Amino acid sequence: MPSQRDDAMAHDTASAPVHIAVDRAHASQPAGAIKIRARDVNVFYGDKQALFDVSLDVPENSVTALIGPSGCGKSTFLRSINRMNDTIAGCKVVGRIELDGEDVNDRSIDPVVLRARVGMVFQKPNPFPKTIFENVAYGPRIHGIATGKAELEAIVESSLKRAGLWAEVADRLHQPGTGLSGGQQQRLVIARAIAVSPEVILMDEPCSALDPIATARIEELIDELRNQYCIVIVTHSMAQAARVSQKTAFFHLGKLVEAGPTGEIFTNPRDSRTQDYITGRFG
Amino acid sequence: MTDAALPNAAANLRQVVEARLKKRHAQEMRFRLYGRMAIIVALSFLALLLGRIVTQGYSTFIDYQIAVPVHLDASRIDKADPTGANYDLLVAESVLAKLGEKDDEFGEKSGKVMEIMSNDLGFQLLKMVREDPTLIGKTITVTGPVKSDAALYFKGQIKRSTPQDSRKLDDQQLDWMDKLKASGAVTSGFNVSFLTNSDSTEPEQAGVLGAIVGSAMMLLVTACLAVPIGVLAATYLEEFAPKNRWTDIIEVNINNLAAVPSIVYGLLGLAVFINWLAVPRSSPLLGGMVLALMALPTIIIATRSALKAVPPSIREAALGVGASRTQTVFHHVLPLAMPGVMTGAILSLAHALGETAPLLMIGMISFVPGVPEGFTGAATVLPVQVFIWENASERGFHERTAAAIIVLLVFMIVMNLAAILVRRRFERRW
Repeated sequence: MPSQRDDAMAHDTASAPVHIAVDRAHASQPAGAIKIRARDVNVFYGDKQALFDVSLDVPENSVTALIGPSGCGKSTFLRSINRMNDTIAGCKVVGRIELDGEDVNDRSIDPVVLRARVGMVFQKPNPFPKTIFENVAYGPRIHGIATGKAELEAIVESSLKRAGLWAEVADRLHQPGTGLSGGQQQRLVIARAIAVSPEVILMDEPCSALDPIATARIEELIDELRNQYCIVIVTHSMAQAARVSQKTAFFHLGKLVEAGPTGEIFTNPRDSRTQDYITGRFG
Repeated sequence: MTDAALPNAAANLRQVVEARLKKRHAQEMRFRLYGRMAIIVALSFLALLLGRIVTQGYSTFIDYQIAVPVHLDASRIDKADPTGANYDLLVAESVLAKLGEKDDEFGEKSGKVMEIMSNDLGFQLLKMVREDPTLIGKTITVTGPVKSDAALYFKGQIKRSTPQDSRKLDDQQLDWMDKLKASGAVTSGFNVSFLTNSDSTEPEQAGVLGAIVGSAMMLLVTACLAVPIGVLAATYLEEFAPKNRWTDIIEVNINNLAAVPSIVYGLLGLAVFINWLAVPRSSPLLGGMVLALMALPTIIIATRSALKAVPPSIREAALGVGASRTQTVFHHVLPLAMPGVMTGAILSLAHALGETAPLLMIGMISFVPGVPEGFTGAATVLPVQVFIWENASERGFHERTAAAIIVLLVFMIVMNLAAILVRRRFERRW
């Protein structure tokens, strides 16, 4: 009996310093089929290996958080999913990443089509230096999704609405997107990604350049979006991972240490490195 | 003990630091002084250069016109062949009449008058009579420039105090001119003909219009060739080409080409464009092609640095929504780089505008008394016009050399201002 209490005590002190309030509803087993299946993914930047044999399943209609210290390879993994790593000279991806059972690195997959299916939101809000309307309309336009001006306008409106930005910008659609605040810019970028009707949205530390209020707004948005999309988010904030995600994967030194339902990772990690990281002992 | 030692050490330290501080301040003051001196020297050279050009050239923009009533004596002009008459003599006699003098039997006086009156007056009469033969027998007033030597006297550049043997005009001619000016027959005004005439053998009739049009046509050819080729080459190298040894070699070579002496491009033009492609010599097309070769490296370098300045986040944003690389570059990156590209292009074109050596090499150093007839016709350009006039023997041309330089500098300044405005207007900050 005393030993059990000791365990409980140890557990409490371990999780106490990070003040994580895990939403029990979210922590329940993530529902839905597997959207992205990664198997033995190795990524090299020149001679340097950045990822070692990463295998991870990302479920449909849920938020999967990738956490870990800087340089652990979580962003590299994220960028492998929509082949953004192709644009980096000397970067080589080995292994299999399947989107609905198709290998994204297959010759038959055109990265242009892949990136329309797998949207991406970056760390720093990067709207085009064009109008708000043009920012959102760009994707549908190049993919030929909208057939007329009215349809394009409808897509822009619905995308901005889904990104929770419509009310703030409806009367200034033709002003530059770069004139918005940081948080608004990030939601504009999300609207831009949504406009091409992606299946997956990758977010690379979407809140790291934002203040807490804008961050809260984005997190709410992520929570709303997960009903329609498969979302993968890289974050440095463990509190954020706990708040928004249903599944969490912990990366360390290029290896996937542990992945599982967010509640389990934060309350009962199996690996001591995960434990150390989430309790703030390193990273 | 250590407690006592430390403050001492600190005091020493402060002394050392202060002693050094004086040195450091002195060093800084010295450096600022050198900098100021360098700027003063540079500015005074510039002032000297501009001042000399302006003081030499401004007088070109003042001209002296004479208005004389000439009686078109029907007995001296053949109606059937009006070209055969000596209009210069008619003008000279009319001027003498105005001076209250009569020509002597040897025509010595009228000869002297012809030395101070431009033959433009005679040409004007001929033209009028040819167009309207009914003028013969009437008296008409003709207005035209005085000869450049006479104008130089009015401008004070030929002085009466100089002994008669060492100046071009004798005392009698000077007296006549004073009289004509006093009577109001000779008036001064802004020299419009310098800007509306082309080159001429007579300095008072020579103007820069042909050279300006030639320069404009040549620059047009240069711009049409060098800007698209340069921008596309730079875009390919910067955005599409793999980064390997070959592209490194190409990059080094482009940078070196920017430093190749311009006369070498002239030789290249001579060998390739004239001998091999048989482009007409001394034409704006040929000059433009040679200068395009010369401007290419500069435009490529400017475009590449403008492309490099576009933040990678824009590329990621476009690629992230599924744009192809070509779409990313042409929809986003290149438009954002355009101010830098245009600035670089305008500056390299301004450089091309002032280029002389390669044009001499391809035979653009010819006397072209008119506006070029199309892109393959013979043409002269401003810097070459300067070169030609500088080598002329008449004093009037030296004045015009400086004036042509002023015109050239004005065009340069306009182009540089355009570059600055483009940069100001379209500059973006991220």
